[in-house]
Amino acid sequence: MSLRIIRPGLLSTVQDRGRYGLQHLGVVTCGPMDPVALELANALVGNRSGEAAIEITVLGPEIEFECDVLIAICGAQFDATLAGRALPLNRPVFMEKKSKLRTGRALVGSRAYLAVAGGIATLPVLGSRSTYLPARFGGLEGRLLRAGDHLPLIENVSSLSLQRYKKLGSRKDMADLRTVSWSAPALTLPEREPIVIHAMEGRHYAHFDAAAQRAFFEATWRVSLDSNRMGFRLAGPVLARAEAFEILSEPACLGTVQVPANGLPIALMADHQTTGGYPKIAEIAAADVPRLAQLSPGGTVQFARCTLEQARELRRALRQRVDAALRSLAWDYQS
Amino acid sequence: MYAEFGDTGRTAAGGGVDLELNRSLQALAVAIRVRAVPWIRDVVPALCGIALHFDPFHPQLPDSVLEYCRELLQESFKSASKFEDSGRTVEVPVCYDPFFAADLDEVSAATKLSAQNIQKLHTSAKHWVLMVGFSPGQPYIGGLDAKLSVPRRATPRTRMPMGAVAIANAQTAVYPYETPGGWSIIGRTPLTVFDPARDPASLFAPGDRVRFISVSRDEFERLK
Repeated sequence: MSLRIIRPGLLSTVQDRGRYGLQHLGVVTCGPMDPVALELANALVGNRSGEAAIEITVLGPEIEFECDVLIAICGAQFDATLAGRALPLNRPVFMEKKSKLRTGRALVGSRAYLAVAGGIATLPVLGSRSTYLPARFGGLEGRLLRAGDHLPLIENVSSLSLQRYKKLGSRKDMADLRTVSWSAPALTLPEREPIVIHAMEGRHYAHFDAAAQRAFFEATWRVSLDSNRMGFRLAGPVLARAEAFEILSEPACLGTVQVPANGLPIALMADHQTTGGYPKIAEIAAADVPRLAQLSPGGTVQFARCTLEQARELRRALRQRVDAALRSLAWDYQS
Repeated sequence: MYAEFGDTGRTAAGGGVDLELNRSLQALAVAIRVRAVPWIRDVVPALCGIALHFDPFHPQLPDSVLEYCRELLQESFKSASKFEDSGRTVEVPVCYDPFFAADLDEVSAATKLSAQNIQKLHTSAKHWVLMVGFSPGQPYIGGLDAKLSVPRRATPRTRMPMGAVAIANAQTAVYPYETPGGWSIIGRTPLTVFDPARDPASLFAPGDRVRFISVSRDEFERLK
């Protein structure tokens, strides 16, 4: 049972919840750039949260389903078609054997998750199916998906897919499109740019000069072309240190904003290194990282100063929105 | 000894690298891991601090995570057994041939030591792993002879060769992957530093002793 990749798209990888518990051995956590979208996509096909899905980026893949599969695509708003007809996003769709999904450009946002019933069944490496490209492990042979790949699915995916699909309420069963009349909300799509992302002062904030401290929270930053899953390089004013100052390498975190000697900040994303030796000017609120992940290169962002308490409130509010969305669709699968 | 780290982690940090502190942090990391706090994903002992990474959306995450972590660190510190020497010594064959030691001349000029003496100091010192980080399995190794201390290179290389053995300031490192790096290369090891299919995947773990052993180019090729 598998999916066949006809055209891989720009950057498609297998990602699950991430590889945790080994950062003390330098093992990068990986996982979804937008965990909220992955969680919704998994819920829509009846999976537990954190199952492996395909993360697609900016330009999506073309995929042939070699068996009946229940799928859902959540996250960025991609142009997607099934036999020339628009394929609805953010809802479960029953794909029949031999059908072909064609995805084009991301119209809003930059990353989406294609979840399948039962999850992508590549072999876990060190407890996770997430792809870590720099060290070439996890996912499918530790690399980007490419044309001709067969991505393994669980053995009983077809019967499981049909069983789950039949449980869904408000089905809209048409000859050429089998889906439902409702959809899950898109919770992380970027609003009008520059998007506003909350951040706390970082450990080394005081070591930057007054102009740099001001500029960080006032400037509009542009995501550079050489950004990737490891970090978003931000173009804007050069952030100078108040005095020559070197730090020892120390642990880094998802959302850490570090500033190398050239003065241009880097926001650490899903594939970030476990430790780093650059001063940290800020730490992005965890609740806002998925929205930042949806910016494409060239996209713009402003940082709004927040406190730890505000970051906690943002996190709580996001969790409530996700839980509300999950509750509204969970009843189908639990019956 | 304590600092904030966004809202997804906490780190406690001391002033500088000190073997006693480093070892107590490793014992502390073990004591925290044993508690298996459900929302803590990773406990990372570092050169002179420790980081706790947590799942920001975990339903059991306490409101006052800062206080919780402070108490957790204090309690775990009390219960942490004295650092127990794993007794493990990782022997690392290194070929110091100029073919593999791209920065040998610069290090020689900066330290006023001959190539032979650089090799001798690097192989005779007692080293130990202070931290593993940056990329999978990459050790930050302490105990470098002070005479070998050179600053980081002004312009980092965009690609260090896999297996590069390098030095900077008071430490030495082995590069598991072709990653950027600003340290001075004095040799190369034929060993695979990190292999997810091997058990254990990482050649080095925090607390290990390390001994570098000089090998010829022929031996290097044979060990590869």
